[in-house]
Amino acid sequence: MSIRDRLSGNEAIATAMRQINPDVFAMFPITPSTEIPQYFAQYVADGRVDTEFICVESEHSSLSACLGAEAAGARAVTATSSAGLSFMTEVLFVAASLRLPVVLAVANRALTGPININHDYSDSMAERDSGFIQLYAENNQEVYDNYLMAHRIAEHPSVRLPLMVCEDGFITSHAIENIEIEEDEAVKKFVGTYEPENYLLKEENPLAVGPYGVSAYYMEARVAQAEAMKNARQVIRDVSEDFHKTFGRKYDLIEEYRMDDAEIAMVIMGSSAGTAKATVDELRKEGIKAGIIKVRVFRPFPDIEIAKALSGCKAVAVMDKSEGFSACGGPLFAETAGAIINMDDRPKLIDIVFGLGGRDFTVKAARSVFDRLDKIAKGGETGPAYVHMGQRMK
Amino acid sequence: MAYNLKEEMNKEERFHSGHRLCAGCAAGIVCRAMMRAVNPEDKAVICNATGCLEVSSFQYPYTAWEDSYIHTAFENASATASGVEAAYNALKRRGKIAEDRNIKILAIGGDGGTYDIGFQSLSGALERGHDFTYFCYDNNAYMNTGTQRSSATPRFASATTTPSGIESVGKKQEQKDLTQIVVAHGSPYVAQTTLFGNMKDFHEKAHRAIYKKGATFVNVLTPCPRGWGYPAENLLDICKAAIDTCVWPLYEVVEGEYRLTYEPKKKLPVEEFMKLQSRFNHCFKPGNEWTIEAAQEYVDRKWDELLAKCN
Repeated sequence: MSIRDRLSGNEAIATAMRQINPDVFAMFPITPSTEIPQYFAQYVADGRVDTEFICVESEHSSLSACLGAEAAGARAVTATSSAGLSFMTEVLFVAASLRLPVVLAVANRALTGPININHDYSDSMAERDSGFIQLYAENNQEVYDNYLMAHRIAEHPSVRLPLMVCEDGFITSHAIENIEIEEDEAVKKFVGTYEPENYLLKEENPLAVGPYGVSAYYMEARVAQAEAMKNARQVIRDVSEDFHKTFGRKYDLIEEYRMDDAEIAMVIMGSSAGTAKATVDELRKEGIKAGIIKVRVFRPFPDIEIAKALSGCKAVAVMDKSEGFSACGGPLFAETAGAIINMDDRPKLIDIVFGLGGRDFTVKAARSVFDRLDKIAKGGETGPAYVHMGQRMK
Repeated sequence: MAYNLKEEMNKEERFHSGHRLCAGCAAGIVCRAMMRAVNPEDKAVICNATGCLEVSSFQYPYTAWEDSYIHTAFENASATASGVEAAYNALKRRGKIAEDRNIKILAIGGDGGTYDIGFQSLSGALERGHDFTYFCYDNNAYMNTGTQRSSATPRFASATTTPSGIESVGKKQEQKDLTQIVVAHGSPYVAQTTLFGNMKDFHEKAHRAIYKKGATFVNVLTPCPRGWGYPAENLLDICKAAIDTCVWPLYEVVEGEYRLTYEPKKKLPVEEFMKLQSRFNHCFKPGNEWTIEAAQEYVDRKWDELLAKCN
């Protein structure tokens, strides 16, 4: 039986971690993810978990310790945000290349500068090439559910890649919502235990990890890693399907909202999708055929699913909550454009960069985007394909 | 049990030949001796920082290491070792490793990966007191990238980023005294050693460090023929000169108690060490006599300070 409880996103993640009882948790504080290890430290103090909880001196070391632990045969976790994730960058790439399925909770926060503690995706988008699987959530329930699925996806033999469970800083990490928590035993049964075939502490068979790979070998390793990321698509679907059967909540790589007959649509991520859905509901009442594609999984990128969902649309706005400084659009725009490029009858695509550093996103703002899409769909408007929204005018 | 080199050499090798380290490099000898200091019945996990040793001893698909080994990056060997130790504790507690089994966790890095870029990670792991031993093979510069100066490079040494020249007598700063910094962390066992004689000094310190509970540290002067400029066969002469001139004093600090483990019968002038290496050639040119005097003053001061701590 599910238990109804009022939890913030951070407490939902900490609760999932408590239920899973990982072998090792290496922590370093940073706003807004700090509460996750704080809650967990209390579980340790109260004997509710028997995890080896180590308070290291930096994020570079927290992830490095997770690598050591995971390679040694343990299930290892950590959490971070913003500059902390940036500081981990080198180790993120190493984790993925060593195929160590560390699970990293990320409370997404803007990168400096100016220094800002509020939400956008500039931190995890900057790591999109790191080789981590990335799951994003609209609300506290999805954060909790993504975390319950994370280890099974990451540790699957055909994947073996590290994974980020992302939540929107403050909006999700700190806001309290009513969510369904599953029973401890049911969670343990669903997640299972970590049983790697080979690990450093396996006495009968020593293991060497992290070689120098010269040109004659490097490419094979990278191709194998790329194949693992491709395999992750089906594994995420399979684990989500089992999650649906077990706990009754349905997930896929993307969520389509009122897309069946949509002519104009938004591609969006995270909590902003809630605002966008409310806007679509209003527009639908007015007879406007608007819809939403919420990207739950950004790595691996659900290109086929997005292309399929957008077939039949005339105009689409990609909503980028990070600025990639490419001078031609944000990262979600580039990926979405890539996903639809081979469609025979593809929609017009525009990119709206919005919400940076916690700038509010409202129904009114979402409505203005759909208004523009409507004009593009009707064939009149040919404005810039890449714009920023919500900033102060000169 | 008294130390016996012949018996030690009869132990099964745990760091094999065939690695790609240079002739005359001390790092391979350090690794063999380090692994001999692990009791044969115990397994080890070695956490290696990026550097010469890593690229020379574990080039896919070959490894020189008999025990489990992990390399992740340059600056994080101590943090990686912290994670291995945490895993060891967790797996033991959860019954996945038998209670009576003993697996020793070792970290090893050069001076770049220890004194410099890996210093934060080392300091953190020392403060937390993980049960592991860090071996620094200190070859006085960034040798893997071609002899750039590090904070372990001694004053007046010519390095590729502190070359001697018309306006330069090599590195301007003295070597960072990392061993003392580790002592200040309150580590239960800290030692300085190098290769000499029958390796008794190295072996006993390594064994004590490995079997002392807590975060322990062994700093090993590890000459590099390419960076220091000496013929390969002179390796052990240089190590001996380093200890007889007191450039590299041999001592250990057990629970805060200092003990000198080698006192030269006759303390040699510092130039006896410097003249064996081309990195100090410029010090012997007319007009640069002051560099040798300054080097001597520094060595004398550090030696006196150490003697005061040992008495």
